[in-house]
Amino acid sequence: MENLLVFIATRYIYIMTIILVMIGLYALIAKKNLVKKVIGLNIFQTAIFLFYISFSDVDGGTAPIYLPDGVSATYVNPLPHVLILTAIVVGLAITAVALAIVVRIYEEYQVTDEDGLQEVMKRQ
Amino acid sequence: MNAVISQLPPLLIVIPLLGALAALLLGKWNRAFAYPISLAMIGFQFAVSLVLMESVMDGDVIHYYLGGWPPPLGIELVIDSFNSFVLVVILALALLTAVWAHKGADLDIVPEKKVSFFVVFQLLITGLCGMAVTGDLFNLYVFLEISSIAAYTLVAAGRNPRSLIAGFNYLILGSIAAGFIVIGIGYLYIATGTLNMGELAVMLPAHYGQTTVYAAFLFMMIGFSIKVAFFPLHLWLPDAYTEAPAAVTILIATATSKVTAYAMLRVIFSVFTLQYVTDSFPVTELILIIAAIAIIAGAVLAIAQDNLKRMLAYSSISQMGYIMFALGVANQAALAGGILHIMAHAVMKGCLFMVAGMIIYRTGFTAIRQLSGLSRRMPVACAAFAIAGASMIGVPPTIGFMSKYYLVLGAVEAGEYLAAAVLLAGSLLAAVYIWQVIEVMYFGDIHDEDLGGGLEAPASMMVPVIILAASCLLLGIFVELPLEVVGPAAAMLLGGG
Repeated sequence: MENLLVFIATRYIYIMTIILVMIGLYALIAKKNLVKKVIGLNIFQTAIFLFYISFSDVDGGTAPIYLPDGVSATYVNPLPHVLILTAIVVGLAITAVALAIVVRIYEEYQVTDEDGLQEVMKRQ
Repeated sequence: MNAVISQLPPLLIVIPLLGALAALLLGKWNRAFAYPISLAMIGFQFAVSLVLMESVMDGDVIHYYLGGWPPPLGIELVIDSFNSFVLVVILALALLTAVWAHKGADLDIVPEKKVSFFVVFQLLITGLCGMAVTGDLFNLYVFLEISSIAAYTLVAAGRNPRSLIAGFNYLILGSIAAGFIVIGIGYLYIATGTLNMGELAVMLPAHYGQTTVYAAFLFMMIGFSIKVAFFPLHLWLPDAYTEAPAAVTILIATATSKVTAYAMLRVIFSVFTLQYVTDSFPVTELILIIAAIAIIAGAVLAIAQDNLKRMLAYSSISQMGYIMFALGVANQAALAGGILHIMAHAVMKGCLFMVAGMIIYRTGFTAIRQLSGLSRRMPVACAAFAIAGASMIGVPPTIGFMSKYYLVLGAVEAGEYLAAAVLLAGSLLAAVYIWQVIEVMYFGDIHDEDLGGGLEAPASMMVPVIILAASCLLLGIFVELPLEVVGPAAAMLLGGG
């Protein structure tokens, strides 16, 4: 029991990421509204970004900037941050494309949810 | 090695990226500029890939450090016999598709959108080239996403509003897959502290027992399985292939799916190494079983389809099973067969989808039963369909026969007789779904007389189809030619290179 508490107290950030990933996946799978699916996708991707940022952190670490001679400090690994900057751009592009497709679907069918789409399909 | 050749890998990506921008800007000024620029860029990439393959054929490996930073600090581009072969195959197909699309794009793309269509088309191919040449895992993810975003856009770009829904579903599943791949890459980075593929292969053995590495492997396997539409994670594929514009279907069915399969093989063999995969869990046996189910299920579903493009899409799921089958057996002959099948499937499926597109272009027919007596109206196109179809079934001396021959040989060598029987059963089922089309085309009566005869498609569509149909035969007869590259590539993968 104590081990579990220690685990939760020290690793809670990873548990939060897992919960966020699950919320995102749930929205992607279960939500009927296409815009909500896009929001779910964003939550899913943000959870992954948080995962990268949190595993790169070091206790008491600081930004990796050159210090004057004689001063030393623990640095946080900057590489995951840089990777996530790239991944954020990728996520932005995906969101933009997804929303553009939703807008086009709305223009064509006047609906933005899956049930409505199926009805329109049946009527055609 | 020649100093010029060693500088080519980054140019393969950079110049076409700039070319895409140029095509967009000049295309805004005058619409006629976009297509020639795109075509020239793809032609340039194809020429570069040929030069690269020629220079690595004797076992050399080209390493290029971007910005002069050696790994692990910098990103590295690597050209070896495996990825140079994949590059040549996909760029040859991309070039033929681009030629085909000159007229074929009119079918689904409104004239005002043609500039952006060809720009995104070229971005997709550039993303695929990047995936093939990179030696860095995160870089692989970025290029995978460049090509995927371009693919989502292109699938949804058609005149037919249903393509929007297919594109949206493809986007959702593709993004989940990409997310899983990034999580897997993150775990590998936690375990080793590097993202360079060569370095990972060296450092991972010390961490083989860790749960982190297991998790990384499983996340990446699932992610890539969705991206290559490996049964039962194929749900986005039939709609995307059926509803997408004809030229896009050809490109994603040949180039995109093949490069993603390449990336999967590269991650499994070059990063994790075969020994880890077989020692740590019974995953190769599992892949073999699922691949066998995929081969049969895809073919059975294909038989049940009435829409020609949808039938070919389900056939793609079945054929992807053949490539995964090579991974499941994982010995020299089977892997050579699998890599050969990457090329064989690209060539024959490209040809079949091109003929399907030409039929829609000339007649508007999408259902198989409408094709009745078509061979009298489009004799050359139907002959090409028959040749590529024979290759799909695996009739000697076509290339489809040779790749399946090596797969069966590998399965028998490994003692997997049941699996070898499944391969043959898959070929029989392929004979059923290909034959039902050929029967209607050649032995059916012409129903609607007012359509007239002589419906052969324009030359710019015909030439790529004839080239592909001829290569189905010629590559099968002169199979030593591709095997010269494929054999060493398979040996290199098994050696963990």
